[in-house]
Amino acid sequence: MEKKQSLLKSFTNPIFKENPILVSLLGLCPVLIVTDTFDKSWGMGIAVLLVLIFTNVCISLIRKIVPNEVRIPVFIVIIACFVTIVDLLMQAFTPTLYESLGVIISMITVNCIILGRGEAFASKNGVLASLLDALGSGIGFFLSVSVIGLLREFLGKGGLTLTNPFTGQVIFSAYPLEDYAISFLADKAGAFLMLGIIVGIYSYVRIRIEEKETKKLATAEVK
Amino acid sequence: MEVITSLVIVFLVAMVTNNIVLSTGYGICSYIGVSKNRKSAIGMGCALVFVVFMASLVSYFLEMLLVALNIEFMQTIVFILVIASLVQLVEMICKKFLPSLYQSLGIYLPLITTNCVVLYVTKQICDVEAILIAAGVSGSLANNGFFNFLFAMVYALGTALGYFLCITLMSTIRNRIDYSPVKRGFAGAGIALVTTAIMVLAIGGLSGIF
Repeated sequence: MEKKQSLLKSFTNPIFKENPILVSLLGLCPVLIVTDTFDKSWGMGIAVLLVLIFTNVCISLIRKIVPNEVRIPVFIVIIACFVTIVDLLMQAFTPTLYESLGVIISMITVNCIILGRGEAFASKNGVLASLLDALGSGIGFFLSVSVIGLLREFLGKGGLTLTNPFTGQVIFSAYPLEDYAISFLADKAGAFLMLGIIVGIYSYVRIRIEEKETKKLATAEVK
Repeated sequence: MEVITSLVIVFLVAMVTNNIVLSTGYGICSYIGVSKNRKSAIGMGCALVFVVFMASLVSYFLEMLLVALNIEFMQTIVFILVIASLVQLVEMICKKFLPSLYQSLGIYLPLITTNCVVLYVTKQICDVEAILIAAGVSGSLANNGFFNFLFAMVYALGTALGYFLCITLMSTIRNRIDYSPVKRGFAGAGIALVTTAIMVLAIGGLSGIF
């Protein structure tokens, strides 16, 4: 029972409590670069999720064979291999998304989340736990990237466009607030500002919740 | 003469107006993480300048080999392996021969492997003509083999120094922010990112002056 709970925790913890972007501030480069449109953001989120799952499982499988001194070069080569595979697959099946993302896909290799999770979690834990941890971290990354992308596109351009990544067809496109768009938010400086505000609000809420919990514990102890 | 002015322009554009952190957003993780105090920011910057320069030197020639063998899709894997082993090598050499340098840089060296700046620069210098056009210099200068190499190295050095400049500036700014009353929750990374947004606007005003 306890084991099941710890497995569940390794899945749910990285989604909200230790969100890789909003709390641990890892892997911020893609967040700033791709979030100007919603399409690019969630495409990037899926790519990172895939790479994270494959590498975490792979690292956890070989964790006992790799000598300690050379583990970082070994891990990073594994990551680079999976990134190259994802890169080539995206080039073949989602050409429009690939073109709009560009060089940033191969930059997933140096995304701190992936090496960080591999080094801190997968190299010490079993395959199932690593898989769940990768899923949790990947979904945490996906959610925060998508939310930031959605907000930036909606506020910065006044509307939203959704395209099918496989065919490049536009599914949905509406710009009702185009005249009131804050175009600053679609720029690079807007990316920094938006991320800063979201990180600030998120940690403010987190601090408040923690304070309430400690208060509850204190009152329970008094009783 | 034209070559020398172009070299200076490429250097300054890479360092100031097209600053890697402020205009593209690469390398932001370490920028936010390490700029908490000035000493570690300078240490990280120095280590990065060194690694970027060495990695560019090696990968410039490796790219030629990859093109000759017609396996350019292996670029990411080969370059990251070069960077990771170079970082490990630098760490070992520093530990053995320059213990004082190792003391000051030691902890930051392993972090450089996952710094986006290094891989970005090594990938960028494979296309010198694009660098020259982005800097507003005529791309035809990239035809000569030796000049090509020279431009690539100057670009790598300029970009790395731009990162150094940016992280040192940010660490001094954060030093002052520590004494100011910041809204709860925003203290730390939140306010640093908002400050960076203002720095981006300031750098944006300089674009196109060279």
